[in-house]
Amino acid sequence: MPALLEARGLHAGYGPTQVLHGLDFTVEEGGVTALLGANGAGKTTTLRAISGMVRTTGEVLFRGERIDGRATEDIARRGIAHVPDGRGTFMELTVEENFRLGAYIRRDAEVQADFERMWALFPRLRQRWRQQAGTLSGGEQQMLAIARALLLRPRLLLMDEPSFGLAPLIVEEIFGIMRRVREESRVGILLVEQNANLALELADHAYLLETGRIVISGPAAEIRRDEAIRRSYLGY
Amino acid sequence: MEALAHQIIAGIATGGIYASLALALVMIYQATHHVNFAQGEMATLSTFIALSFIQAGMPYWVAFFATIAVSFLIGVAVERLLMRPVQNAPVLTHVGVFIGLLLIIGNLTGWVFGYTTKMFPTPFESDQPLFGGLVSAHQLGSTAVTLAVLLLVYLFFRHTKLGLAMRAAAYNPRSARLVGIRVGWMLALGWGLAAAIGAVAGMMIAPVVFLDPTMMLGILLYAFAGALLGGIDNPMGAVLGGFAVGVLENLAGAYVVGTELKLTVALIIIIGVLVIRPSGLFGRVVLSRV
Repeated sequence: MPALLEARGLHAGYGPTQVLHGLDFTVEEGGVTALLGANGAGKTTTLRAISGMVRTTGEVLFRGERIDGRATEDIARRGIAHVPDGRGTFMELTVEENFRLGAYIRRDAEVQADFERMWALFPRLRQRWRQQAGTLSGGEQQMLAIARALLLRPRLLLMDEPSFGLAPLIVEEIFGIMRRVREESRVGILLVEQNANLALELADHAYLLETGRIVISGPAAEIRRDEAIRRSYLGY
Repeated sequence: MEALAHQIIAGIATGGIYASLALALVMIYQATHHVNFAQGEMATLSTFIALSFIQAGMPYWVAFFATIAVSFLIGVAVERLLMRPVQNAPVLTHVGVFIGLLLIIGNLTGWVFGYTTKMFPTPFESDQPLFGGLVSAHQLGSTAVTLAVLLLVYLFFRHTKLGLAMRAAAYNPRSARLVGIRVGWMLALGWGLAAAIGAVAGMMIAPVVFLDPTMMLGILLYAFAGALLGGIDNPMGAVLGGFAVGVLENLAGAYVVGTELKLTVALIIIIGVLVIRPSGLFGRVVLSRV
């Protein structure tokens, strides 16, 4: 059985600037894979490359089929949801409308049931139902972004720094929710995080990125225990 | 007093036309952040198409809806064939394309249909004077049509999935793609819809101002003034602005500057808004917390 997602020799960049220099990695179904590294290592670009938001060379296979070179909307329609950096909520629209857009491509009858599931996961969003998304707090916006992505019923969820710019308590809450998501569904998660400690706690497998190359990969638990890696790459 | 009421009612009737066209401008503006200068010319072309349908023997309302459909397709085609290739080009390229479109469509219309002024029929005729002659049947009918169009557009954007997707694509194309919305097509649909709304405006104003290839030139200016007055990024505001400009223009024409200088009113409104309140009366203020 092919991996949920597999990248082979993935290169990507912006104009003449190459950011990724041939990455090989896999994401398994139903697990959390963390992508760690310093600022500018190419973490966000990796997610964008998977979603077809930057020009790439090399292969990206999703459930055994090539998706590299396809349009972003087609990749989303195949079941890859992306919580981008800057969250990607629709600020001008209400929470309800953001929910509806999350389920935009779905034709099944369970959308309403999924709304209720999201309300249970994020009770605060229910209270803000008719409010403009731009008026939500940072944490609530991040929750909305995650809910919006989950409503696509993705097989793969790409998350770009869900902890960014949030208070520690909120980060705790969001990671708690992600733990629940991972237990309750079969979705595979590729998580980009600056906060390595937090990410390794949640992840099964981790890759360490340095200036566009993977320098270390292994089970998250092992990387956490390895003091040399922690000191030299993760800085804690 | 009766004369005043008469002027206000006539102002509301033409204001409705400005409101429709202002809405068409705002729809394209919201999606692309550019003003389509050729919106008026496209509406004139549509009106000529309607006239040829009617002259070919179609009943008025069949011709009316056929024109809307054809105009929608023209709008979609313009976006797909002309705007799409330059979508990432700088602003001046867009301005150039819009001006080119304005000249090409204007001249094409004249070349195909001729430059002589033509009568355009109204479907609203009445033998009895309405409300003691205060309002003409056409004024009443065209205002009703305009309001129906505005209501339909509102309901479409508020309450349909496609309307929501079009708004999402306009506000945030990047995120729209991430939820699977085909942003390019939403833009084309927006152009189609704007062209269709413009076509209705053209068919409703033509019986009043008569049809010739430059019919919409002045009207687009009024519509633009209305859009700016209400807020170029606020559809509701643009509609209200359109009505306001219609009434103002009529009153100023009757009591202040005379008919010859009416267009000046539009220009004064444009300059006034830009100087005093550039975002318009109802300009969108997006609240955002960081």
